[in-house]
Amino acid sequence: MVLLTFLQAAAPDLHLGTLGAALGAGLAAVAAGIGIGKIGAAAMEAIGRQPEAANDIRMSMIIIAALVEGAALFAIVVCFLAL
Amino acid sequence: MQKRLKIYFLLFVLSVFNAGNLFAAEEFDVKKFIFSHIGDNYEWHITAIGERVISVPLPVILIDKENGINIFISSRLRNGASYKGYRISKDGEYANKIVYTSVSGKVCRPLDLSITMNSFALIINCTILLIIILSVARWYRGSRQRAPKGFVGAMEIFIMDINDNVIKSAIGKGYEKYAPYLLTVFFFILINNFMGLIPFFPGGANTTGNIAVTLVLALCTFAAISFSGTKEYWKEILWPDVPTWMKIPLPLMPAIEIFGVFTKPFALMIRLFANIMAGHTIILGLTSLIFVTVAMGAATNIGMSALSILLAAFMLFVELIVAYIQAYVFTLLSAVFIGLSRVRKHATN
Repeated sequence: MVLLTFLQAAAPDLHLGTLGAALGAGLAAVAAGIGIGKIGAAAMEAIGRQPEAANDIRMSMIIIAALVEGAALFAIVVCFLAL
Repeated sequence: MQKRLKIYFLLFVLSVFNAGNLFAAEEFDVKKFIFSHIGDNYEWHITAIGERVISVPLPVILIDKENGINIFISSRLRNGASYKGYRISKDGEYANKIVYTSVSGKVCRPLDLSITMNSFALIINCTILLIIILSVARWYRGSRQRAPKGFVGAMEIFIMDINDNVIKSAIGKGYEKYAPYLLTVFFFILINNFMGLIPFFPGGANTTGNIAVTLVLALCTFAAISFSGTKEYWKEILWPDVPTWMKIPLPLMPAIEIFGVFTKPFALMIRLFANIMAGHTIILGLTSLIFVTVAMGAATNIGMSALSILLAAFMLFVELIVAYIQAYVFTLLSAVFIGLSRVRKHATN
């Protein structure tokens, strides 16, 4: 309770908005990394099991990576607005 | 050949030794630098040699209830000067935009139809697109069953790849109606992305990273989806095939479906805008490393400059790939949504 009052009093000097934006951007990068990493791992495994389908798998991997990255970029846009 | 490449690369990286202390010790505002380069301007700034600023001034077109129609060159508004009552606002709500003070004392914006940097870049890029595509099309008019070679052959590979693998497979029968729009969207986004990566005039304008441009593209896709929607499509949105308690008394599923109709083009808009803007921001941020470390001594400056150039070159390669992928994904998702909207009645048993 006292902490909250102190935090509110010091808020303009602490630039909490900018701190939140930076943390959010970092979190979004971690999320995108994990998501696209899993997609890449699954694609590698699939190409290893059936090398003839490599072209189809590569195209699907790129498309789904773009979709996951789209979700992470929603977060980046919000962080830009909070910067 | 290998040795020559190594020498060129070394010269490229060592060129940072010329950086030196060109700037007086004025604080370098990274945020202002980045936002001024990815935002829109009334002049096309090319470079600054010493004190002389070289930029291309662009026409300003303003329509106003109090002052009528005013068309003049934007160089009259340089350095905060005021012309016919109009000036470029420094900060606040209308930062970097033309404002005027009305008779009631309020600062407000006229109807601004100026040819800004992004508008001029869009005109240039559309001209390039028209020249490329129409010259390819003209070749086919006198073709007489020849196989194309050279530039026309390369363009045919791109166009037929999108046509067959993306448009035909997503829409199915009747795809010819939508192929012109989707192919136009693909090449428009591709050309704009590529031109945005070229660092000198006439490239270097952040067109697809401008949310207004991507908004219009998403609205066009939304119109294509809505106008090609069959009765079955609208029925599945407004009265879906779900248990009755989800539709009456509170239309839960219809509300979710209507929300989905708007979020799909919205996601298209945000995806393209954020990808391109983030790419440009990263490259600009890496470049500003050089200027930020000027005050920290020559050794740090040279080291960070070499690192900055290497990373920026790598990021430019990544952005080339991202440019193609974003155009491809926008076209693919538009085709998929249009295909989904042309749904036929399912056989129920």
